[in-house]
Amino acid sequence: MNTSALPAALAEIVDDFQALTEPERLQLLLEFSRGLPELPERLKDHPELMEQVVECQTPLFLSIETEPHDGDTPDVVRLFFKAPAEAPTTRGFAGVLHEGLDGLSAQQILDVPDDMPELLGLTRAITPLRMRGMSAMLGRVKRKVAAAAPQQSPAPHS
Amino acid sequence: MSYPVEQNEKFAAYARPERLVSTEWLAGAIEAGALDGGELVVLESDEDVLLYETGHIPGAVKIDWHTDLNDEVTRDFVDGATFAAMAAAKGISRESSVFFYGDKSNWWATYALWVFTLFGHEDVRILDGGRDKWIAEGRPTTTETTVPTPGEYPVVERNDAPVRAFKEDVLAHFGKPLIDVRSPEEYTGQRTHMPAYPEEGAMRGGHIPTAASIPWGRAAAEDGTYRNRTELEALYLGEAGLKEGDDVVAYCRIGERSSHSWFALKYLLGFDTVRNYDGSWTEWGNAVRVPIVRGTERGTVPSAR
Repeated sequence: MNTSALPAALAEIVDDFQALTEPERLQLLLEFSRGLPELPERLKDHPELMEQVVECQTPLFLSIETEPHDGDTPDVVRLFFKAPAEAPTTRGFAGVLHEGLDGLSAQQILDVPDDMPELLGLTRAITPLRMRGMSAMLGRVKRKVAAAAPQQSPAPHS
Repeated sequence: MSYPVEQNEKFAAYARPERLVSTEWLAGAIEAGALDGGELVVLESDEDVLLYETGHIPGAVKIDWHTDLNDEVTRDFVDGATFAAMAAAKGISRESSVFFYGDKSNWWATYALWVFTLFGHEDVRILDGGRDKWIAEGRPTTTETTVPTPGEYPVVERNDAPVRAFKEDVLAHFGKPLIDVRSPEEYTGQRTHMPAYPEEGAMRGGHIPTAASIPWGRAAAEDGTYRNRTELEALYLGEAGLKEGDDVVAYCRIGERSSHSWFALKYLLGFDTVRNYDGSWTEWGNAVRVPIVRGTERGTVPSAR
């Protein structure tokens, strides 16, 4: 699989990871963990609006919001993640998904292949188990997006 | 033991006080320059592969249970040559004192220490309370990666028998005590995996017949330190029913949580023969025709087939 099936921002992230050696990839993941934005005040005060991704090794909470757009432009989906500082790997994955998917349309997010995390080339360095946590995170984002936009459906598998 | 041993009241009550160091004592030793000569090496062993990079004890070297200790292909630990190269690269020599600490009440630190024990590394100790206690006390951390001066480590063949049990050993062990350190839900068979670890599941749920359920975390206090000797005795001698001189096997899911209990049984309570069954439930719960008990009862010794 190549990155042509991915939205531009996500494809760029994958290319960045793939251009690096394994130790450098971990450093980049660490940078993503540092870059994960803080929650907006309205969500900070309302933890019940966040949903826990139970498949992850450490608590990760996520929430999505749909922002309507005028005219023919489809609505965009905003993603919100929260993970503790002592779980940098989980935060790093969340940072990748945030930078790669935030602001896209529901359909674009639903079209991201489920095995996208494997493209980051981290499996050997961080164990297959930890990688599955990231796949679970992507899966949860997609399920929430699908639930929020029932009129849209994932593209058929080719 | 090459490096001086800490003396304090809590440790003195344990069978092997020299296997633990406190945060305060280590902080003093580091300040006095203990890490400069290679005589003492501090290793951080975490579950989260990036945690060390977010800040660690100054001078500590990272060890990763997956990439440093596990064989890449076979489900086994690294061989003597790989271990020697890994240890030397981390600044460890055969006579070095190696102190381990990590996240989650030293869960992965005790696992790394146990693997070092397979190679007969003599002076290995745990920082009581681990990473969380060090940070909670506001002690210094750094994000600067330690670049060790390579040590000299001989190729030593692993000697598994004294502290490691395989499935066949467990089958031959029936009649002697087993400790299951997983959560109560895993013990009864209600769950086939840990709450947050669906991929380390098993085909069958339950426990090995006769095993006593003592979840690993009960050996740790709120601050991540080991409970004192009296509390540990109440747990393992009282509740689990172990007797002095017992030959014990501990297990969990892949052998990491049970390393924490193994350390408590072996060094804090002083059982001579304690083995960690690292195949644990991911092997037993998937194996064909091994006996399993479901529910809260320990069950009875299975009759031979």
